[in-house]
Amino acid sequence: MDTVTASGGPRPDLIRFEEVSKVYPLPAGDVVALDRVSLTVRNGEFIAVMGPSGSGKTTFLNLIGCLDVPTAGRLLINGRDVADLSDDELTFLRRDTIGFIFQQFNLIPLLSVIENVEYPLVLKVRDREARGERPFEALKAAGLDDERLYTHKPNELSGGQQQRVAIARALVNDPDLLLCDEPTGNLDQRTGAGIMALLAEMNRGGKTIIMVTHDPGIAAYATRQVRLVDGRIQEDTG
Amino acid sequence: MSWTFFDIARRNLQRNLFRSMLAIVGIVIGVLAISSLGILGNSLTLSVTDQLSTVGDSLTVIPHSGGASGFGGGTATPEKISDRQVQDLRRVAAPNPVIPVYSTAERIEVGSEKAVLSVYALNPDDVSLLVEVDQGILLRGNSGVLAGSRAATQYKLKVGSQIRFSDGSTQRVVGILKERGLGFDIQPDMALIVPARRYEDRTHPTGFDQVIIKVKDTARIEALQTAIDQRFNRRETVLDTFSSKEILSSIQTVFGQISTFTTAIGGISLVVAGISILNVMMMSVTERTKEIGILRSIGTLRREIRQMFIYEALMLGLIGSALGGLLSFGAGYLISLLVLQTTKYLFDPSSLSSIALGMGFGIATALLSGLYPAWTASNLNPIEALRHE
Repeated sequence: MDTVTASGGPRPDLIRFEEVSKVYPLPAGDVVALDRVSLTVRNGEFIAVMGPSGSGKTTFLNLIGCLDVPTAGRLLINGRDVADLSDDELTFLRRDTIGFIFQQFNLIPLLSVIENVEYPLVLKVRDREARGERPFEALKAAGLDDERLYTHKPNELSGGQQQRVAIARALVNDPDLLLCDEPTGNLDQRTGAGIMALLAEMNRGGKTIIMVTHDPGIAAYATRQVRLVDGRIQEDTG
Repeated sequence: MSWTFFDIARRNLQRNLFRSMLAIVGIVIGVLAISSLGILGNSLTLSVTDQLSTVGDSLTVIPHSGGASGFGGGTATPEKISDRQVQDLRRVAAPNPVIPVYSTAERIEVGSEKAVLSVYALNPDDVSLLVEVDQGILLRGNSGVLAGSRAATQYKLKVGSQIRFSDGSTQRVVGILKERGLGFDIQPDMALIVPARRYEDRTHPTGFDQVIIKVKDTARIEALQTAIDQRFNRRETVLDTFSSKEILSSIQTVFGQISTFTTAIGGISLVVAGISILNVMMMSVTERTKEIGILRSIGTLRREIRQMFIYEALMLGLIGSALGGLLSFGAGYLISLLVLQTTKYLFDPSSLSSIALGMGFGIATALLSGLYPAWTASNLNPIEALRHE
């Protein structure tokens, strides 16, 4: 098994699905959300995951996001099998390695813009001094330059601005992977295009991005398209 | 922990200000109830102790199964303490002073007013051992009457007033006594004290009704009680002895129990407050399910979610207890004033510890009530929580 070594051995694939199945037991019978999916995501890829509703896209995303674990098969993130990880270790993985970007933005209404962005960093770095200017840099990188907005509450911002705050929050711990669930689903086309341009720029800067969408126009921003149908990969351009 | 969890907890309480205030009011009332009832119970115990302990330490000896006094104006009752027994008691108790007492009740007339009063007949030499005079002088020789403070007030007796006894003889009041409060030996406040010799001449008693032994060294009380028992009660119980210490401690026990009981009643209101906090926090968990899902998904640990909710409960408890503690001073002051007519026991350490106890219980209740909601919140499935609207 590939492992990260200090001496700089071969870097493992960022994500590896090996015959991964996810079954939800329901009273009416088991629902197979993912059916023996195998897939490798390499560093620096920009993947669009498409498919009709009920095709297993969300389950796929939840598994990569360490919010869920496979029923069968192995899922390796940076070479580590998620089945071997405790709840705390999965949480640390979400905090440090993965940045989430949601359709609903999912900002914390109690916190100001800058606090929302700083939050994942606070979880990781308890010392205020050591956090430094990082939240400001993340907001600038996400294209929210107007510092007057930073002390506002999220609901005082436009949808596009909120999604930029969410992206800044996802970036603040400098994760390897951005996980986007319909990132433009709640935005008008022009604003959505701006967000996609930003994500493409992040990808060029080295971030791996996995994005779920049903919009082919949005999927076109990605460098690789994966189509899921009935829990199986029907098409993979990678 | 840094600003975040504490801040989120505080802001959430502010977001639902009205609800938080109601929860705090619940704690305030609970703490108030425990503290002020505790203060009342304590003050009660302290004031009773104060009143009783002015008597000092004394041993009261009475004939077995005979009352210490009774209406009947000196007619002979079977159980009395004879001169011989008094002599024996003096020998056993030496060097502590032994005071034989006739105690009875008499109809008297003061001017046109008629009354029945307790009357103690004492050897004038012993009077100063039991009472202090407020006006006038103590008994001298075989005439004169001392009036207790309350008796004097009620029948408007002054030094020089004339009292007519049931046999028609009259005596002048030579002194008014200082108020002494409740006692175990004699109750002089609502009584008259007359010289023993005159009493004997008038009624020819067969013996004394009680004997009081003033014990200088309180550590000797029990030994003295044992010695009296051995001397008099070998074959059958002839004399009963009561030590003021014994009675005092049993009274203190009773009042302590009353105090505990009232405090426990106060505790019920704190239980209600705890349930209200539980309710408020469970509502908060339900409403914030999605928020918890977000926090979990971006890297918040289970125990950190737990912390957040426990901070909330703790804040409710701390604020409520602090307010309750402050108000307890006021409430304790009022209750003491109304019930005991004095507030001098309010700042006694035991009263202050009632407030500390109330506050401690307040914080503990809030904390306990927060545990279950915190546990529920931290165990939410992040995926389902995220989907929650």
